[in-house]
Amino acid sequence: MLNPEMNLRADVFDPKDFAPTRLGFGQGLVEAADADPRIVGLSADLTESTKMDLFADKYPERFVQMGVAEQNLATVAAGMANYGKIPFITSYAAFSPGRNWEQIRTTVCINNVPVKIVGSHAGLLTGPDGATHQMLEDLALMRALPNMIVLSPCDAEEARKVTIAAALTKTPVYIRVEREKMPQMTTSGTPFTIGKANLLWDTEKPVAALFATGSLLHNALLAARELEGQGIAVTVTNVHTIKPIDRESIVREARRAGAVVSIEEHQINGGLGGAIAEVLAQECPTPMEFVAVKDAFGQSGTPSELIEHYGLGVSHIVGAVRKVITRN
Amino acid sequence: MEALTDEEIRELSSHAAEIRKTIVEMLAAAGSGHLAGPLGMADIFAALYFRVLKHDPKDPEWVERDRLMLSNGHIVPVRYAAMAHAGYFPLEECLTLRKFGSRLQGHPEREKLPGMETTSGPLGSGLSQAAGYAYAARMDGKDFRVFCAMSDGEQEEGNTWEAAMFAGKYRLTNLTAIMDRNNIQIDGNTEDIMPLEPLRDKYEAFNWHVIEVDGHNIPQFVAACDEAKAIREKPILILAHTIPGKGIREIEGDYRWHGTPPGKGPTDKIPAEKQAEVFLQELGK
Repeated sequence: MLNPEMNLRADVFDPKDFAPTRLGFGQGLVEAADADPRIVGLSADLTESTKMDLFADKYPERFVQMGVAEQNLATVAAGMANYGKIPFITSYAAFSPGRNWEQIRTTVCINNVPVKIVGSHAGLLTGPDGATHQMLEDLALMRALPNMIVLSPCDAEEARKVTIAAALTKTPVYIRVEREKMPQMTTSGTPFTIGKANLLWDTEKPVAALFATGSLLHNALLAARELEGQGIAVTVTNVHTIKPIDRESIVREARRAGAVVSIEEHQINGGLGGAIAEVLAQECPTPMEFVAVKDAFGQSGTPSELIEHYGLGVSHIVGAVRKVITRN
Repeated sequence: MEALTDEEIRELSSHAAEIRKTIVEMLAAAGSGHLAGPLGMADIFAALYFRVLKHDPKDPEWVERDRLMLSNGHIVPVRYAAMAHAGYFPLEECLTLRKFGSRLQGHPEREKLPGMETTSGPLGSGLSQAAGYAYAARMDGKDFRVFCAMSDGEQEEGNTWEAAMFAGKYRLTNLTAIMDRNNIQIDGNTEDIMPLEPLRDKYEAFNWHVIEVDGHNIPQFVAACDEAKAIREKPILILAHTIPGKGIREIEGDYRWHGTPPGKGPTDKIPAEKQAEVFLQELGK
């Protein structure tokens, strides 16, 4: 059942409102900027589509148009952060942090200055644009970096909170947001703390612990409800913080259930599943299945076609749970 | 600023000579690192730390200080040597260069050493950091200047030109870049590896004000820095022509000394075990 402490929307299984996480970022940035004049926004010619336009319209003197130059985007921001500003930089995730990874490593992370990197249009749901724009490696790229916090919100409301929280940290942060509208699941009353995963769906005697992030969280909840109907009890945890990963929640839920499934719109290599497997291998070895893109690039298609083709749908999650519980 | 007096010129030249000796000593002790570039930039770093920069060695975080970003981090021995002579830290600490636990990392790290300003090494990202810093400072009406020392080789990096475009667009007049035009890089002479000229025309086309100087002529360099302060329309590039390995006859202009310390360099002129000693003798020690 839904964990009442999470204050999810009543219509979570029959959603009425949809919004993209990039919009939640845009709204959160305005709120954060209202509170802190040090916040500046930089965009590499994608101001409207990354929803930084909300900030640019309200604070034009704090907005910097960078042109199509993602390496400069990161390094100019590093200089501004070094001075004392709190820069948020936006582009598509395929380009930032895709193209400018070394600049982020050296001038942001080793330098340890508080640049907030917002990678929009991440994941397969970018759809018709095809493989080049469907960023599936960003969590791995960013998770590998010391000093970096990696956040992956599940809906627009959580993206708003993530953005406000990111502005308050003194470290580099990566925020992954998406283009497509997603069901609104969380509310202003849903707790959010960086590094603390949220148990959204709980059961007395679970046989599998599901850990999901970002856009696939809703599918994970739908799968949990379907499995309940089949007499298979699971838990669903929203892992909005990929780094630092919430070791305590992961170990606790893995111990309770004895089997684990990770669910993410990312390569199987190095993302959420990898982060969880690293924790469990050290602290609580547990049978695990990975719902993720299996070492392949995307292609043009509608979001639903792609979710189905790459095995990220509700039926795939149900299948992964059925498989993992036989291994326990 | 007034033109330098003869006495001031002598004093700055003497600082440069001391910096060169320290560079040779620290690299010989480290057993690795870059020699040619730091020697070539010794006059400019002496002028920066002992004349041009507004700074306080006893208060490296002084908020009104001028900022010096080093883009080509591999020449950091010249900066460490200049900082030590200027009083940022004891001269003996120079001998810890590149050693475990040292604040003097092989490539500069902001968090390790007060006054280092930024982290660099991978080429082509210093100009944009300096530009971002200058942009942010101007937003807040700060009147300190931001300097960026960079190499000619890193003009081959795309990021450098993204930064040049950005600084030109936003007319960052508080930014002064200093290019070490020494014509060498690791694999050979720049014009063989990847022709860079005409550098002046390129920067002018990107809306920069360019001043060319002899990088070993200290009064000329100081005058260029003064001229830069008076430019109110554009970012400024001081295109400094230097001789890599300057001060040591046997290695001047020889690209093979780009990334080599004394004791490990080419042996066709001086045997390896004699290199540090001979170099120091030539530098007057």
